[in-house]
Amino acid sequence: MGTVAAQGLSKSFGKVQALDGVTLDVPDGSFFVVLGPSGAGKTTTLRAIAGLEKLDAGSVHLDGRDATGDAPADRDLAMVFQNYALYPRHTAYENIASPLRARRRPPSEIAEAVDRISGLLHIERLLQRRPAQLSGGEMQRVALARALVRSPRAFLMDEPLTNLDLKLRVEMRTELTRIHRSLGATFVYVTNDQVEALSMADQVAVLKEGKVQQVGTPAEVYERPANQWVAGFVGSPPISLLACRAEGDRLIGADGWSLPRPGWTTAEDGRPLLLGLRSEDLSVEQRGNASLPGELYGIEPLGDRTVVDVRVGTEILKVKARPTISGTPGERLLVTVDLDRAHLFDASTGQSLSAATR
Amino acid sequence: MAVSVNEAVPASPVRDRTPPARRIGGGRGRSVLEIALLTVLAVVMLFPVLWMIETSIKENRDVYAVPAKFFDFEVTLAHYRDVFVAPGGGLSDLSVAFLNSLLVAGVSTVLATLLGVPAAWAYSRFTLKAKKDQLFFILSTRFMPPVVVVIPIFLMYRVVGLIDTPLGLILIYTAFNLPFTIWMVKGFVDEVPAEYEDAAMLDGYTRLQAFRKFTLPLLVPGIAATAVFALIFSWNEFVFAIFLTSSDSVRTAPPAIAGLIGGTTVDWGLVAASSVVFALPVLIFAYLVRRHLVAGVTLGAVRR
Repeated sequence: MGTVAAQGLSKSFGKVQALDGVTLDVPDGSFFVVLGPSGAGKTTTLRAIAGLEKLDAGSVHLDGRDATGDAPADRDLAMVFQNYALYPRHTAYENIASPLRARRRPPSEIAEAVDRISGLLHIERLLQRRPAQLSGGEMQRVALARALVRSPRAFLMDEPLTNLDLKLRVEMRTELTRIHRSLGATFVYVTNDQVEALSMADQVAVLKEGKVQQVGTPAEVYERPANQWVAGFVGSPPISLLACRAEGDRLIGADGWSLPRPGWTTAEDGRPLLLGLRSEDLSVEQRGNASLPGELYGIEPLGDRTVVDVRVGTEILKVKARPTISGTPGERLLVTVDLDRAHLFDASTGQSLSAATR
Repeated sequence: MAVSVNEAVPASPVRDRTPPARRIGGGRGRSVLEIALLTVLAVVMLFPVLWMIETSIKENRDVYAVPAKFFDFEVTLAHYRDVFVAPGGGLSDLSVAFLNSLLVAGVSTVLATLLGVPAAWAYSRFTLKAKKDQLFFILSTRFMPPVVVVIPIFLMYRVVGLIDTPLGLILIYTAFNLPFTIWMVKGFVDEVPAEYEDAAMLDGYTRLQAFRKFTLPLLVPGIAATAVFALIFSWNEFVFAIFLTSSDSVRTAPPAIAGLIGGTTVDWGLVAASSVVFALPVLIFAYLVRRHLVAGVTLGAVRR
């Protein structure tokens, strides 16, 4: 068993409200990612669950039992810190053995557990080194091993891959997913990297300024963002947003363009709207069921694809295209839109106006 | 320095063509001037020390010789014997004073460290109400020179019976060293990432165990340096010692040595010898501190 339930977590540091009623429900055995920009309260949420932060309000339940006032040691959790926090005077072996030593396990059991976990993470040859003699990636593995050496209720990970270079980060992503699957344990994973969230998570909670914006599977968060902010934060290149309003069976753009009104929106006529269009649902090569007139603004080749910036009125649309595409800035072109996959948001509240069933 | 001088001024044929400005501004010119000035400074600074050491090993008649004798005097260790041994045998008053100094300085330093280190840790790690004001208040107790507070303290001590007791001096020195210890050690604790303790608590240790097992070992050099400073302060302290103690059996070394001067004759040989003995521990401690202060606390396992 390993469920983590946070209910209405609130915490302020002086005048800064770090957490403002954060509620999360982490099911047993899930890979639960808390996603948000820096300063959103992700780390504070994790530290509150771990018992390292005293809360102003709210409760933490572990396996259904109220653990709000418990000391970190009594919560039976393991945590990987963003800066690894390896004990500098201790060898990698001693670092990994520390959770078992703290719990007074017999030396033979400790040696066996450290052997097993260092085999799993391929760090056998590093065990006698001190943290100062390890590279960033090696320190990260040792920190991971220190958490994985026990079988706690849940694993808490605070941006464990942020300090690694890109290649290593991609490798470790796969490896963490593999470890999660083989252990079947509960992971609560904090990151500001949406790629990590989308690729690893069973469930994603999107956090902004201490408030949960949306909880759902990666597909739900990406396909049906609850509001304009989530739509803008998740996805790369970022979603393009065009000001418009609904009139009869048309969507009329603030810049004068017009598209058929999608059947799935609940927006009434005349209300100021934002039309959200993801780059892969747009095309400059005549696909899709509606089109916007614009002019070529810039071309951004990314290797496997090219992002074309198209100016529509005063706004820039990011359009995904073949890597071989070419053109000259200023050139007139038509952007076709897959309206079935577009999003509409209330321009003042930012809330999604897409019907839940579409 | 030597290398750069050789580079700046190459061998003779070229040297004549070197512009004069350069010879004055940099290279050998400056280095010669530097050495000369430093030598003058060293002589001025070290002469009293040298004279003290010379006087401490001169016969009394050489001490008073006119003109003063720099080199051709007879060496004697009689003054050093007089520092430690009373004329009739047994411990001299001065050796009792040195032992008192050792006791008072040692105990007050241990107390200040035992109280100050946990306080410094708490001020560094916990959110406290008006933390900055509290820290400023603690520091402010050091703003006043001892001579300002010594009279009120004398009156208070007289009431509670702490006048002329080692305990009285120990308490006042502890009180004076505590703010310094808290501020110094807090600086060292600030340098140790709190995550070590967080990680240790998740490993299964209590907060105090986490501090003792993982943070404290990293603080040892800093605590040692701080303690040596506190020890030097207590060892050297004169104002409180002379006001708050009177009997030879309680008096510490600074007022005891000062007490040798005065009366009809002054035994300068004895004064010099006891001063040398008194200065030695401070020199040794200062030498020990020097490295720790420069090095600070070395850390390496956290990426920032």
